Amino acid sequence: MNIGIPIEVSQQELRVGATPKTVQRLLKQGFTVFIEKGAGERANYADKEFEDAGANLVANAKELYKTAEIVLKVLAPTESEIELMNPGTVTLSYLWPAQNPELLKLLAAKKINAIAMDAIPRISRAQKMDVLSSMANIAGYRSVIESANHFGRFLNGQITAAGKVDPAKVLVIGAGVAGLAAIGTANSLGAIVRAFDTRKEVAEQIQSMGAQFLTVEIEEDGSTDSGYSKVMSQAFIDAEMELFSQQAKEVDIIITTAQIPGREAPKLILDYHVAAMKPGSVIVDLAASTGGNCVFTKDGEVFKTDNGVTIVGKLDQLPNQASQLYGNNLCHLLDDMGKNENFKIDMEDDVVSRAMVSYNGKVNWPPEPLPVSPQAPKTEEVKEVKSSPTPEEISKKKATSTVISLAVIGALLFLLGKVAPADFMGHFTVFVLAVFVGWQVIWNVSHSLHTPLMAVTNAISGIIIIGGLLQTTDNLSDPMTIIAFVAILVASINIVGGFLVTHRMLKMFRK
Amino acid sequence: MITAQIQTAAYLFASILFILSLGGLSSQESAKRGVLYGIIGMAIAILSTVLGDGAEGHVYILIAIAIASVIGIIVARKVEMTSMPQLVAILHSFVGLAAVLVGFGSYLDPETHSLPGAEHTIHLVEVFIGVFIGAITFTGSIVAWGKLDGKIMSKPLAYKGRHVVNIILVIITIILGVLFAMEPGIDGLMYLYIMTAIASFIGVMLVMAIGGADMPVVVSMLNSYSGWAAAAAGFMLGNDLLIVTGALVGSSGAILSIIMCEAMNRSFLSVIFGGFGDTPQGEAKAIEGEVTATTHEELAGLLKEAKSVVIVPGYGMAVAKAQYPVKELVDLLQKNGTKVQFGIHPVAGRLPGHMNVLLAEANVSYDIVMEMEEVNDDLPETDVVMVIGANDIVNPGAEEDETSPIYGMPVIQVWNAKRVIVMKRSMAVGYAGVQNPLFYKENTDMLYGDAKDSVDKINMALKA
Repeated sequence: MNIGIPIEVSQQELRVGATPKTVQRLLKQGFTVFIEKGAGERANYADKEFEDAGANLVANAKELYKTAEIVLKVLAPTESEIELMNPGTVTLSYLWPAQNPELLKLLAAKKINAIAMDAIPRISRAQKMDVLSSMANIAGYRSVIESANHFGRFLNGQITAAGKVDPAKVLVIGAGVAGLAAIGTANSLGAIVRAFDTRKEVAEQIQSMGAQFLTVEIEEDGSTDSGYSKVMSQAFIDAEMELFSQQAKEVDIIITTAQIPGREAPKLILDYHVAAMKPGSVIVDLAASTGGNCVFTKDGEVFKTDNGVTIVGKLDQLPNQASQLYGNNLCHLLDDMGKNENFKIDMEDDVVSRAMVSYNGKVNWPPEPLPVSPQAPKTEEVKEVKSSPTPEEISKKKATSTVISLAVIGALLFLLGKVAPADFMGHFTVFVLAVFVGWQVIWNVSHSLHTPLMAVTNAISGIIIIGGLLQTTDNLSDPMTIIAFVAILVASINIVGGFLVTHRMLKMFRK
Repeated sequence: MITAQIQTAAYLFASILFILSLGGLSSQESAKRGVLYGIIGMAIAILSTVLGDGAEGHVYILIAIAIASVIGIIVARKVEMTSMPQLVAILHSFVGLAAVLVGFGSYLDPETHSLPGAEHTIHLVEVFIGVFIGAITFTGSIVAWGKLDGKIMSKPLAYKGRHVVNIILVIITIILGVLFAMEPGIDGLMYLYIMTAIASFIGVMLVMAIGGADMPVVVSMLNSYSGWAAAAAGFMLGNDLLIVTGALVGSSGAILSIIMCEAMNRSFLSVIFGGFGDTPQGEAKAIEGEVTATTHEELAGLLKEAKSVVIVPGYGMAVAKAQYPVKELVDLLQKNGTKVQFGIHPVAGRLPGHMNVLLAEANVSYDIVMEMEEVNDDLPETDVVMVIGANDIVNPGAEEDETSPIYGMPVIQVWNAKRVIVMKRSMAVGYAGVQNPLFYKENTDMLYGDAKDSVDKINMALKA
């Protein structure tokens, strides 16, 4: 199958749908790759590199779309681009289907099978194709670098001969992939980092990246099944605003990353927050493209407010690396769809069916919700199964069986007492008590001393020598004396050997 | 000469000392004192008996004890710690033999036949039981010794219908017992002979049917029997000291048997009455993965980088006498700042606590020698586990594979560690005859060869 990679129409878009490296991967998967001349220029990839990698250069978009069966793009195709495509073409790009219903209709009308990379469900299996994560990672990193640039001071604290420098304080709002990347970057530059998120479950992740988790005193968890956070209650928002006012006075840099899928970004940094900030402070708004988290944010612009706060609404995308990661995501998806040989649009597949927003001339949006984010299992009280006995019942049963066995033992002892002579009963008493004493004593013996225990009990059981001693007579011709002599002999070996070897062993045990 | 009352008091004192002696073994610190109590108790018991009324033949007694002492001292000095199980087994047989002899002696003693009716019958029953237990202990221990020493093959010898044969033999014994008790004087001697022969046969067959790795249970069981034999002798002689001591030893052995059986997740009866053949065997779970071998140099490199190492020794270490090189390895690792621990499974080796004694012999501090439960908690954070000559006690099948014959047996969960090195002579199966999925795990590497050679080579590589 032919894959086509066009130049991005928007001049602002620096990335490209493939890099020389991903072209190689595509070729390995069996595809034939066509790329428009100059497609990689803005991301610093020369045409030559693509050619060397094995791609066929195409002079213009018109020709490209004529041959391409699969189109790899970054931004959503424009109307004029869609015009050029053949019906049945598969496109992979950002689409933002929730915001662009018109575009979806257009794609469907042209029978384009459009995959929205931003609609790939966030499940473990699809992580390798999750462009939002890979791009957010870059954005998070870049947001800190950008803010440091505009901040114009050290981020880390230093004590120098010329005096002490305080570390910068950074507040990161929203601990998604971008937020966490920002936390990690700011932390590694030496800043004091705090982070806020409505989802309590991310507290641990925040702390693991090196930031302090800020929270409000209201019990409400913003996590949802989709992995994004939900819109919070008014009381919560009030508390949140109060927290931000406080933080605004203290921190030097605020990085906001809060986005809600399919909606305008929530306004979190209001005018009075900006007013409270120190001159020279920086706000980097990663949600600028969806309206911004700060009321003053202007998409694609960097400007200074009257009180000297720089608000950054434009980020360099690190197009070279971003294209590489994005291209890899696309490769992974194509890999999953069967490569060249078995390429198939499988609408049974969770990933494909959700991302395929326009299929066979029909708009396929919004998809069924799919719960994904790892979350703690709901701790619902499991009703106790009735058949399993309660502890009281067990102890009751135990008590009954103990009573029965005691009664049996008592009866047996009574019978024994009736027939046995008094002498025997005396010995029997001693015997039973000794068994009990032994039972209690031996359980305390340390596991590591079991071998010495055996050796010492061996020696002690040589006590049977007493039997021999009592049976010896002065008359050696008496068979009883001979037997007793042998008994004393073997029992003594036991006693001497057993004690000696135990002693030898115990001497070896040392700390 | 001392009176009977003083003798009784001396016996009581000896009994107390014996109890303290066993109690002392609860910790390493108090254990040495425990042995001392035992020796004093024994000395008091013997002296008070010899000096008591009615004791005769002092010269012969002295001669017998002198000869025995020389033998005992030589044996105890010479025995290697690796052959401790054999020594323990043979000492058990002596107690059994002594019990048989004392039984016969007691039967031949003319004084006992002057006892009145019921008392006489009871005495005869006591003699009969004492000789029976003694004979089983005697021959059973000799077979156990032979198996442990490699003189008799350690494979369980089982023939069809042996349970039936055993039951018939026991019934015959009971009939003989009844006949014996009815004979006046020493006319029943013939019955006693026949019964002794039968009991000896039972003893032999009992232990022949039990395999090598079940030996800890058998030795503990024989330990228990030797105690009961002594107690039975106490009954026939009417001697409380013998009864008390015998009971102590008997319950001690019984407890050890229980501990060993629990450690193998098998009932006492299943160990005594049959090898692993009796356990239900389904289709064994197929083992996936490949066995990868490693070299001494690689392992040495791995150990150098490891922060924590756990060593799990088994019978293979005892056979190869590798405890000294292992101790050297521990020293080298500790010098390197590595945390080293030993994980001891309750049935590792052929005797309860066998591994502990071997490590103690090599001067390994008992602070780093851990029990199975203690070490299992640490394993997930352990970098390298070295399994030296152990197999079944580290078999994950015991937890994962319900069809495995050893399913349910508590094992040391070495596979939870980051890397596992199994040192083994070959890929042969362990005693239980079960394949070990551990060898096929991704984080497991095999190091073939004699344990001692291998550890020596690792030490060389570590020093280089």
